[in-house]
Amino acid sequence: MSHLLPPTLAFFTPQSGGSPNADQIDSLYKIVLYAALVIFVFVEGALGYALWRFRARKGAVAAQIRGNTRLEIGWTVGAAVILLALAVLTFAKLSSIQNPVDSSPEGEHLVSDKQTSNLYASTSRRQPPSGKSLEITIVGRQFVWEYIYPGATEKDGLGAPYSYEKMVVPTETTVTLDIVSADVVHSWWVPQLGGKFQAVPGYHNYTWFKVPKPGIYRGQCALICGRGHARMIATVEAVPPAQFEAWLARQKKLIAEANADAAAARAKLGKQVGAGQVENP
Amino acid sequence: MATYAAPIPQIVAHEATPEPKGWASWITTTDHKRIGIMYMVTTFVFFILGGVEALMIRLQLGLPNNTLVSPQIYNQLFTMHGTTMIFLFVVPMMAGLANYFLPLMIGARDMAFPRLNALSYWLLLAGGIVFYASLFWNPPEAGWTSYVPLSGINYSPGGGQDAWIYLIHLTGLSSIVGAINFYATIANMRARGMSWGRLPLFVWAILTYSILLIFALPVIAGAVTMLLTDRHFGTHFFDPANGGSALLWQHLFWFFGHPEVYIMVLPGFGVVSEILPVFARKPIFGYKAIAASTVAIAFLGFLTWAHHMFTTPIPEAILIFVMLSSFLIAVPTGVKIFNWIATLWEGTIEFKTPLLFCVGFMSLFIIGGISGVFLAVFPVDWQLNETYFVVAHIHFVLMGGAVFTIFAAIYYWFPKITGRMLSEGLGKLSFWLMFIGFLATFLIQHVIGLDGMPRRVYEYDNVGNLALYNLISTIGSFILAAGVLVTVINVARSLKTGAIAGPDPWKANTLEWFTSSPPPVNNFDTVPLIRSYEPMRDIRREIEQRTSGAPAHGGATVPTGATQIGV
Repeated sequence: MSHLLPPTLAFFTPQSGGSPNADQIDSLYKIVLYAALVIFVFVEGALGYALWRFRARKGAVAAQIRGNTRLEIGWTVGAAVILLALAVLTFAKLSSIQNPVDSSPEGEHLVSDKQTSNLYASTSRRQPPSGKSLEITIVGRQFVWEYIYPGATEKDGLGAPYSYEKMVVPTETTVTLDIVSADVVHSWWVPQLGGKFQAVPGYHNYTWFKVPKPGIYRGQCALICGRGHARMIATVEAVPPAQFEAWLARQKKLIAEANADAAAARAKLGKQVGAGQVENP
Repeated sequence: MATYAAPIPQIVAHEATPEPKGWASWITTTDHKRIGIMYMVTTFVFFILGGVEALMIRLQLGLPNNTLVSPQIYNQLFTMHGTTMIFLFVVPMMAGLANYFLPLMIGARDMAFPRLNALSYWLLLAGGIVFYASLFWNPPEAGWTSYVPLSGINYSPGGGQDAWIYLIHLTGLSSIVGAINFYATIANMRARGMSWGRLPLFVWAILTYSILLIFALPVIAGAVTMLLTDRHFGTHFFDPANGGSALLWQHLFWFFGHPEVYIMVLPGFGVVSEILPVFARKPIFGYKAIAASTVAIAFLGFLTWAHHMFTTPIPEAILIFVMLSSFLIAVPTGVKIFNWIATLWEGTIEFKTPLLFCVGFMSLFIIGGISGVFLAVFPVDWQLNETYFVVAHIHFVLMGGAVFTIFAAIYYWFPKITGRMLSEGLGKLSFWLMFIGFLATFLIQHVIGLDGMPRRVYEYDNVGNLALYNLISTIGSFILAAGVLVTVINVARSLKTGAIAGPDPWKANTLEWFTSSPPPVNNFDTVPLIRSYEPMRDIRREIEQRTSGAPAHGGATVPTGATQIGV
């Protein structure tokens, strides 16, 4: 599934290749993997050697050793040092995983993104150094992902273009995500675009990605959310910025048409039975 | 050297009162040995039930887009499986082993509170029955973690969730009553001369297990009570729409849930620390370090709960703190592994079945420990959390960790409980089937997780090699189950036809081997003065010395000029 890695290595590593943060997690993972392999070979090797070398044989006498303080302090400190080194390496990698990068010049030209008033004001959303990103709100609900794009026309975020299940994003553009839930806890995860983050009702969770080239990235809800959990899939399609703009315009048009149809239907219904009697049109 | 006349291991004269017989005597018993047997049999039955659920899960996942079970039944299966294995098998099985062996190992007549002891067994059984009764109505389907709001009344209206809550309450009460009993027994009823530094390492582990239960269980009891009142009595502890917090459940659950992991594995560590020296014919390496690391793990276990919550919205400072505390807990765990390997080093290792299961445990637990380090690095966890990598990890530490040690304990102590030996041939067959089956089932699950398959999904698309990997895992699970079945057969056969064991078939180190097999109702007629953490070895050596020079039947491998036992 990880197309950018040689198959043998991909076997042992998480998926990556869709976004810089996923790539950074992958390289941090590999550092841990190399350390782990050395420890694995050393410890299992010592165990295997002891079992083979010291199996009961005729005339063998067990040495009556009760401990060795120096040795014991040695391996305690040794284990601590290895873990300390891993912690330092994690800190070194952390900002490149957590902090969004700037969009590339060939990415979507995010001109007046402040015309958008997001559905959920997110002051703690991390922004790239330029301060500009495509801000998408992800709403998890049983059993579909909803994506709300900037561009609200009314207050409270109403009138913003949205889509379900498939998120379309421009390439080379930094996308920051505000992950929320409408019902139970879900977990947003598209492996090649970075780590997963829970959508907890009442909370905001944030992450980002930046896709370098056009492609389709698949993921699904990662936290049990009910009977339809396995079917709660997420697809991210990265397209060139011009194509993205065309898609967004079409999406807006479709939503406007649907709204107009609904308004017409409501008006017709109101005329038929009298608006006062329609409780929940 | 002490001046009293050392008793001879084979004591035959016992109290004149005959042992009560019949069903009623089991129901009314307060004998710690009988209660221990009831614990072990009951929990093993639940282990089989949980195992059948696991096999059904693996059958469903054996093929991509399989339609063997419905999503509803699948969710019920993994909820029942996880809950059963944790609350109705591993934790109470450890309590059962402790019930039987703790008083014997410290030279006590019974537990400190025998009737309370019976109560804890009956509470456990009640919990299990309440939980499994839900099979006839609506089994719970929110997972053994029962995250809110999914486990709330709006999303889980069925009574199964309530059955789950009562299971937690009843088994929790059972465990806390038992834990207090163990603690009181260890603190007050040790044989003369058994100072803290001479406590068998299994007893150290049970002491720590008890303290962990006493601290952790009230938290989950509070949490499930809040869930119950949220569900039925109009409170809003976990309801974000009314000022509650859905994250609060995760904090409370894991504040209990992480220590629970150590509640499950520490007694197993104790079993291994008892068995390795016996079959390596060598003292445990670094008694103090092993006892101290047990206590250190227990303490640190209370500081790491949020590593189950790395993907929730929590502050970065907490992410970093919890990563470091999780790293820190790897140190005492590593110390134990090194000490066990050093115990085998320069020994004369006899590959009897209990030793095989201990060594199997060590080799699997090393893998589980290492995969735990991946999960502690929180950015890496963002990719691995809630995938089959985590499923593999928990099974390496809990199945490879706790369950393999339970099987080691069964093979090691069966002769003491029944007076008969288990078949070595069947035992070894069982071990190899379980070991190979385990690796086939769970090693590949790391890769399944890395390939992007989340846990708790009832179906998956045939992407990449997922179909092949899942099929390997399913086949492995049936090999593993065959291994378990062989042990069941072994036990059933040996109850009647096993070779007579005698009081001390393994030439072991601890006091339970001083009495006959099975032990009489009063356990011991005399309890020797304890002069080290290996009282039986001391006794065997004294007998050797008294029969001067002739290579005695017991402890023949003790060389002349061996290290003097500290008095």
